Amino acid sequence: MEKFVRLKAVAAPLLRSNIDTDVIIPSREMKGVTKTGLSVGMFANWRYTDVPARVANPEFVLNRVPYDKAQILLAGENFGCGSSREHAVWAMKEWGFRAVIAPSFGAIYYGNCVRNGILPVVLPDAVVRAIAAWVEQNPAGNQVEIDLPSQTVHAAGAAHAFKIGEADKDMLLEGLDPIGVTLKKDNAIQAFEARDRAQRPWVYI
Amino acid sequence: MGRSLIDKLWDSHVVADLGDGAALLYIDRIFLHERTGSVSLQELKKAGRKVRHKEHVFVTMDHIVDTFPGRGDKTLMPTGTAFITATRAAAIEAGLNLFDVTDERQGIVHVVSAEQGITLPGFTQVCPDSHTCTLGALGALAWGIGSSEGEHALATKTLAVTKPKTMRITFNGTLGHGVTSKDMILHLIGKYGAAGGSGYAITFTGPAIASLPQENRFTICNMAVEFGAFSGVIPPDDITFAYIKGRPYAPRGADFDKAVAAWRELKDDADAVYDREIVVDCADIVPTVTWGTSPGHALRIDGTVPDPAAAPDATTRASMEKALEYMDVKPGQKLEGLPIDAVFIGSCTNSRLSDLRAAAAIVKGKKIASSLKKAVIVPGSTQVKRAAEREGLHEIFTAAGFEWRESGCSMCFNAGGESMGDKWRVVSSTNRNFENRQGPKTRTHLASPTTVAASALMGAIADVRKLG
Ligand code: SF4
Repeated sequence: MEKFVRLKAVAAPLLRSNIDTDVIIPSREMKGVTKTGLSVGMFANWRYTDVPARVANPEFVLNRVPYDKAQILLAGENFGCGSSREHAVWAMKEWGFRAVIAPSFGAIYYGNCVRNGILPVVLPDAVVRAIAAWVEQNPAGNQVEIDLPSQTVHAAGAAHAFKIGEADKDMLLEGLDPIGVTLKKDNAIQAFEARDRAQRPWVYI
Repeated sequence: MGRSLIDKLWDSHVVADLGDGAALLYIDRIFLHERTGSVSLQELKKAGRKVRHKEHVFVTMDHIVDTFPGRGDKTLMPTGTAFITATRAAAIEAGLNLFDVTDERQGIVHVVSAEQGITLPGFTQVCPDSHTCTLGALGALAWGIGSSEGEHALATKTLAVTKPKTMRITFNGTLGHGVTSKDMILHLIGKYGAAGGSGYAITFTGPAIASLPQENRFTICNMAVEFGAFSGVIPPDDITFAYIKGRPYAPRGADFDKAVAAWRELKDDADAVYDREIVVDCADIVPTVTWGTSPGHALRIDGTVPDPAAAPDATTRASMEKALEYMDVKPGQKLEGLPIDAVFIGSCTNSRLSDLRAAAAIVKGKKIASSLKKAVIVPGSTQVKRAAEREGLHEIFTAAGFEWRESGCSMCFNAGGESMGDKWRVVSSTNRNFENRQGPKTRTHLASPTTVAASALMGAIADVRKLG
């Protein structure tokens, strides 16, 4: 998995609440049984005026310079709610996003980000809006800087601290393979099963 | 300090403490479907890893498979067949329990998992599908995950999870005439917002929950994720145990009795402490329909569409304005009487036998409005379909003018196969009114199956209470 340590990049404001994963990657854009080739379908219903013909909607933020090179997305509360589809994260990663800053996230989407090297940053709604307003003054120049080791976002003339779970932080910083990490605890899993089998035999069909 | 139901479910599955509130949790059951399941299985194979307990892993075909009578592997969705055949091949190769397209146990994943007795009280269960929380209604901690976490669960039988905060939602009082468990959950989400449960695992409890039949409880937990919650659970009781008894994968005889004795402990201790408490009085709940593009945009059937001018902040206002435009409704407008193009009864929210019975009772001997372009009923499982047909419900529906389908997710979502039409206004018993969810620019109004049935008769959004 790709590591995330720090990043200074163009941030694109998409300040709406409850942007769901059906919006991020519509079902119709998930055509194959793979993780790739999804970025062209990202935000398809907002990004194109004619979806099948891929006619870009000039109004949509990610179609405008310099936001078309954004690596950070600024969003409203509950970003990535809805369907569990990891395709939402695969599409955003493939497109070039490395971080999303929002007041809150859909829980499954949040976990999917961490497992794909995208950093989800939780900051209060007012702070996200202040950063967005600052970015809009000079989108190419006013780049947002995120430092994961110190858990800080530098933007709008201030340092904003954010929280992240230690396990998630380590996974992102080290680019670890979570299955490999867990398999090192095989003894503990076996011990649990032995104990549990006696207590809840109906689990072990 | 006493422990809550959620604490008990959590504690009994901790394999290792990972610090900072996180733990490696044992996962009792894993379910996969053809939409997201094959990716997990393929990636696992690519990495040279094996499924740890294949007998604990179940696979069904529901999301992409067509629901037309006589369906097979061929789908209206152009690349759909590949999802079905890839999932089948991967499931067979890994030796998993497969409920294939023509299997009598086939159906929507969260419907069949309960119906077959696969999910039991006290279990942890995951599926790469956000509505896995439905199964919390059996007193299990069940939640949706992504494909990568699916791969992790398959390989290790565990997941690393940070313990969510806990919330208890107590429903007091009794439900009024025409009010269902769907209205209870829509009312809650409408009042506290689609992010109201964000960061929490929720226990739904109180007299109004305890008096719900088991099937109607699934509807409540199903939409916990639409409330932003990690999951939702309902303390199991005698209604739950009676529901489980005799189901194919449930323990039998003395084993069942032993299990029930353990399951009786799955409740809040008297002094259990939650991080947040919400109390809802069911006297405040009437049939509820959504007006916008988030389940949080829920409205009393006798209410009016809210005005974004009253929104607390700019982000909310912008979201509301976008929803008004998409749905083609205006602030101050009543939903009741709004003409509709189509209706849909189905999905893991409301497609069980009791849902179909309730809808049939409303349309029996009547005809749906001739203005409707589509009216479809999709049973939640092949078993539900068989049971409904034994009672003659299918004849009531077809005589009224509905299409009667094979089981599956169908038009709960639009994957590029069958869908509702461009800009159609649809009243639907499903759980998501997201943009384009049921079809291109389709305008979805979420409601209970009885409200859907009543609206089908009127050809407009209807107040089911006025049908007598
Ligand atoms: S019925 Fe709808 S919500 Fe339920 S699992 Fe299928 S697609 Fe998802």
